[in-house]
This record gives sequence, C-alpha cells and structure tokens, in this order.
Amino acid sequence: MTGGAAMISVQEARYVYKHGNVVALEGLSVEIAAGELVGVMGQNGSGKTTLTKLLNGLLKPTSGRVIVDGRDTSQHTVQAMAPHIGYVFQNPNHQLFATTVAEELAFGPRNIGCAPADVEERVAEAVEFFGLHEILALHPYRISFPLRKLVGIASIFTMRPKVFILDEPTTGQDHRTTSVIDRLIVRLAERGDTVVCVSHDMPLIAHVAQRALVMWNGELIADGTPREVFADKAVMDRTHLTPPQVTRLSMRMPGRAGRPAALSVAELVAESR
Amino acid sequence: MSDDPIISISDMGFTYAQGARPALSGINLEIARGEYVAVMGLNGAGKTTLGLCLNGIIPHMLMGEQTGQVRVDGKDPGTVVVREMARTVGIVFDNPEFQMSQITAAEEVALGLENLGVPAEEMPERIAGALRLVGLDGFEERAPMGLSGGQQQRLAIAAVLVMRPSILFMDEPTSNLDPLGKDEIFEIARHLNREEGMTVIVAEHEVEVLAEYADRIVVLHEGRIALQGTPAEVLSRVAELDALGLRAPQVTEFAHALSGASADLPVTMDGTLRWLEARA
Repeated sequence: MTGGAAMISVQEARYVYKHGNVVALEGLSVEIAAGELVGVMGQNGSGKTTLTKLLNGLLKPTSGRVIVDGRDTSQHTVQAMAPHIGYVFQNPNHQLFATTVAEELAFGPRNIGCAPADVEERVAEAVEFFGLHEILALHPYRISFPLRKLVGIASIFTMRPKVFILDEPTTGQDHRTTSVIDRLIVRLAERGDTVVCVSHDMPLIAHVAQRALVMWNGELIADGTPREVFADKAVMDRTHLTPPQVTRLSMRMPGRAGRPAALSVAELVAESR
Repeated sequence: MSDDPIISISDMGFTYAQGARPALSGINLEIARGEYVAVMGLNGAGKTTLGLCLNGIIPHMLMGEQTGQVRVDGKDPGTVVVREMARTVGIVFDNPEFQMSQITAAEEVALGLENLGVPAEEMPERIAGALRLVGLDGFEERAPMGLSGGQQQRLAIAAVLVMRPSILFMDEPTSNLDPLGKDEIFEIARHLNREEGMTVIVAEHEVEVLAEYADRIVVLHEGRIALQGTPAEVLSRVAELDALGLRAPQVTEFAHALSGASADLPVTMDGTLRWLEARA
C-alpha cells in the first residue's frame, strides 16, 4: 500500500433493504485515512447504521464498493473482516457473554487463532490501556453499566483491529463516565488507530473528532471539521441537529461576527478574557 | 386545587433487600401541584428508586426496608394498592421498546384502562384523547414496533396518561432517542406541564434543556439530596456540581469561568446573552 492510502474507501455505495425496497444509502462515497478520528452524525433512519454495517461487512453494498484496510468487503465474510475492523455495540449487553471480564477480553484473539502467549499479551495490553485491573475476575453483568461499556471496547481492542467503529459510545453514561470515554477515544486515535464514532452526542464530536460527517436521508450531506460543520446553519437546520450550546453561543455573541465558532467552553473563555 | 404540596416526603429512606447501602436516605422533599421538577444525579444516585417510591412499586413489588413518610396526592403509596397509585403517578422509563407489548397502538394504550376496569365503551374516546395529548392523533391502528423511537416513547407516555394521573414521572425518557425524538419528548413534557397543569418530574442528564424548562432542580448524590433550588440557584454552583460528577449548562460554565461567580449565573442561552450585555 502506498503512503497516504485510505484506510476506508467507500465508492458510490448504494444499499437497498430487501424488505419494502427501502433505499437506506444512496450512492455514498467517502474516504477515511489511517489514524483519522471521524464523527458521524444524523437522525435515526438517516443511514448511519447502514453505513457502519457496510464498513464491517455485515451488509454488502447493493452496488458500488466498500474497501477497508485494502479488503473489498464484498469478497470477505464478517468474520474475516473482524481482525481489521472492530464494531463496538451501543449496548454492551448485546456483546458481552463470558463469565469473567478476563475471559471476555481473551475470547476475540483466541477465536481468531492467536497462540496462548499472544492472547495473554493482548489481554495485558488492554487491561493497562483501559485500567481494568480490579475487575478482571468479575462477571461482566456484575459491574456498572459504564464499566461494562469500557469492557465492550476493550474486548474489541484485544483483536487489534486497525479501525474501531464506536456506536453511541456515551449513551447511558453520566458526565463523569462520558469524560473517561472522551479521553479513551482520543487515545485510541493517538495510537494511530482509525476511529469512526457514530453519535448523537454533539459535545463529544466537538471535543474529539477531527472530521465530522452528517447523514440525511441516506446521503452524506456534509463533510468537514466539526467547527465548519457545526457552523453550517443550513446543514444543521435541515438535519434538525443542534450544535453544542457553547458553539451556538459563540455564533450569537455580540462582536464576534465573522470569527470561527468555538467548540468548547475553554476555547470561548480563552478568547473572551 | 389546593396549596398543599402534591408530593410530600419526610425523612424517607429505602434499602433494597440485597443492597449493601441505602438507595435513598434522609429524603425531605415537597413538590407543589403543577411544578416541573428535574432530578439530576449520577447513575446509581437514587433517581429511579425515588420514582418507584412515588407510585408504590416500592414497597409493594420490590423488596426492601423503607423508613419515613411519603404522601402522594393525599395517598400513602405504602398502603394503597399499586393499581390505585397508577391513577395518581404515571411512570415512563428510558427504553420505550421494553414497554411495548401489543399489536396496535390503541391496544397498548388500552392496557392501563383494562387494569383499572374502565368500561369498554368509554375506552375509544379515552384512548383517542391520550394519543392526541402526545401528538399521535389517528395512530390507533399502527404497530408500536413500526414507530420511531420518539413515537414509541410518546406512545408509552400516552399509555400512562390515559389513566389520567396527576403526576408524570419520566426516568431518563430521552436517553435512547435521537435529537428529534428528544425534542418531541421535552416538548410534550412542557405542554403537559404548562397547558394541562400536570406535575412533571423528569430524571435526566440533559441539563441544558432542563435549565430552560424546570421550575426546580433536585440533585441526588449517593441516595441523598445534595442540592435543590431553582435552575439558577443549583446550576450556578459549577464547582460543586463538578465535584458531584455533574455538569452545568455550557453557557453557565462559560459565565462561571469568565466571572468567577458561583451564584446568580445565567443558565440559558438568552439569559447568557443578556448577562454578557450587562457586563459590557
């Protein structure tokens, strides 16, 4: 692969659900580079989930191509794609099934045929990265929902995929656990992993994403930095998305016309002092 | 209509049968008829338990040790049967899908009426009225599973409204909804409170919306009331909220950082624009 090649390349992908002939995705094209941290926004039914299922190969495009880590998903099963692209479910209860956290972490690598010493090393790495030392012996259902969510991400992490798809990582979390997840996502990208984060949590996308995509009615209607996308009033109005409150404030503050929108409280405070 | 509080809780505590520590303790809370109260707190702070104490699921259906007094619209949920309390307190949970069990929306809404023993001939009108209140007019024959998340949650609200409760308790009603669905639910809560005079209690994390709508905010922390007051009183205490693992609206955090104040800060967008103008 040449330098700068896309980790994900979606080329004119169209997807039609067989039931009811519903067009879920309308000729969508997008390229995501290795190490990018991309937020995907849009209402339910806009095609976000269809897009992520096309990326991990669970769905194959009706027409067009989807290439992840050099592999055309139409030529590979979901199982074969799993070591390359990891899908973290919104609800960890749909994902976790082992009787201890340690077992949960070991399952993926063991399943793809890693040698015992390799499995052990991967689990140790995940335990360190996610700070799971104290809960390894516990049953996944005996730990709090926020911790279960971390275990859900960690059990994908041990597969060492190059791409992580995170579906609503902050749902059901409070402020304290949300900030833990925020930092984790950033650290994943800092390691060079490609992260696609699908979320309704606008402050999350403002804080972590380098790039924001907006879906509407099966089409990609905006692609830019979160700053550009949140400031695009036409896109926000059309999709009924609401930028973070501080972003909206920055766009309405007297004497600030023409300046870029602020993405965080800290940013707006720094320039207002 | 009377000036007596519709909810009056004194020195109430509850420990689940298997609980290591009390889920709630030392709760003293009065809520006036027609008030819109937001309950904030971390996961596990006691928000859901508080709701269950109001409609009698605690102590009738969940085992544990309850202390203190609870009066809800003149009734004691500890001695009145749960079915009777359902006429007084309607509860809506976070996952509407789990609350759907019937083939049509009308049947979903009828369920509560059947439990109350309402005569069959009265039902269609009551059902239509409840669906109208949540903006689902004419949805009687639709399949609940074919509705959007926001519509399902509205249907779950209709299914409790049909019993004509005087209090609606919503437990994180928007946490599984998309932004459009969230707006729908907050709009209905506002309408029921302002136009229909219902007492509305919402346990939520969406602090920026609550700051706009709530008359009062109650903050629970480890089963106790840590803070309560108007949105401005509670949300201005940015550092205290942070120490409790909660946050104030972004506009309030901004005003706090700029002024250093921890009282009388703006909590809404318009309030902040006025506050900035006054400072200029």
